Amino acid sequence: MGMINTARTKSPWIIHVNCSACNGCDIEVVAALTPMFDVERFGIVNVGNPKHADVMVVTGSVNPKTARVLKNIYDQMPEPKLVLAVGACAGTGGIFAECYNVLGGPDKVIPVDAWVPGCPPRPEAIIDGAVAALGLFESKAKAMKEKIAAKAAETAKV
Amino acid sequence: MIDNIIISIIAIVGAPIIGGLLFGMDRRITARLQNRFGPPILQPFYDVFKLFGKESIAVNQTQMLYVLAHLFFAIAALLMLVLKQDLLMLMFILAFSQIALIMGAMSVRSPYSKIGAQREIMQMLAYEPVLIFMAFGVYKVTGSFMIDGILTYPAPLLYSLPLIFFAFIYILTIKLRKSPFDFSTSHHGHQELIKGITTEFSGTQLALLELTDWYDLVILMGLIALFFAQPLWVGILIALAAYLLELVIDNICARVTWPLMVKATWVIGGGTALVNIIWLYVRA
Repeated sequence: MGMINTARTKSPWIIHVNCSACNGCDIEVVAALTPMFDVERFGIVNVGNPKHADVMVVTGSVNPKTARVLKNIYDQMPEPKLVLAVGACAGTGGIFAECYNVLGGPDKVIPVDAWVPGCPPRPEAIIDGAVAALGLFESKAKAMKEKIAAKAAETAKV
Repeated sequence: MIDNIIISIIAIVGAPIIGGLLFGMDRRITARLQNRFGPPILQPFYDVFKLFGKESIAVNQTQMLYVLAHLFFAIAALLMLVLKQDLLMLMFILAFSQIALIMGAMSVRSPYSKIGAQREIMQMLAYEPVLIFMAFGVYKVTGSFMIDGILTYPAPLLYSLPLIFFAFIYILTIKLRKSPFDFSTSHHGHQELIKGITTEFSGTQLALLELTDWYDLVILMGLIALFFAQPLWVGILIALAAYLLELVIDNICARVTWPLMVKATWVIGGGTALVNIIWLYVRA
């Protein structure tokens, strides 16, 4: 299991979800993929497909329309998975927090593992946040195993 | 007999290691061509180990069967290559392997997966004639379809089949799904098809598909090496040079549409291979 856990931290594939962000954070997320910062040197690939992804990068505040989409995409990702909220809006709702249509950050809908503050955060900060979140994979994998074991026990009972 | 078993085991264990390292170098060289630093050479291994550890989400019950068929037919083709068996049969088994993948992608309801599968069929339609021409050219020169016959033939095949060699390098781009022919799936996300034919495979299934890609790469490199089998190390160097050429082509080309690919492959690939075969008859 040690080898697989090492591999998890060395090959996090990300999916980037924009929940009504102003595009500022998105540009910074994409900037991290350019030759200047080149996150592929850490094995990070932007796969754009929830079924292949390990880390979800969410930008922007969540409103009732995007909440459903966000939950749907999150549910399609196989365990173990991490969620990284990037930017002030993804933290608390940012300057839009008081709007009648804003629920707040993505943590209102799905469990968020790490936050990167800033409006927008610098690419270095996003990479730092992603690397910090990767440390959580081991506990996530443990939780996944327990979940699968509990499910198996339940089906055995039936 | 015991020799054959030992050779088979070495091939089954060794081929993914060689293939994975080649793909790792591929990603590193591609990154350098794009002025990036690039991932470690072992990156494909990290990816596959990680995928084996993921939760398995099967869309339907038969999907895994198709993935396993894709893998086992590729391994069978590799064994035929290392045990110096029939070249024509090897081509058919490789085709079976591809068809298993297409059926796996067709068995789900995702439109991305289905369009990817249909494009994969178009790719097979484009490159299969060239493979058959290659087997036929080998038969015409050595008088046998057996790979054993190529290895015992006194002169390298490249001298008699130069145009078929060119055609094979041409279809290598399609087989490896590199630009400009990377439209059924691609190693870079965010294309119009998400991930095309592999969209609906996740976790262990995707890991097995990656593993099959490594076997496929080794088989293709082996087939290129057969063109210069006396001595074989020259053939292996030629195969590595061809792979490097593919990487350069991958990085300087944009994707083409499938009708253009089929036409171009039949005219350039099929045409040159046919000219080569006609020349063999005229020469004789």
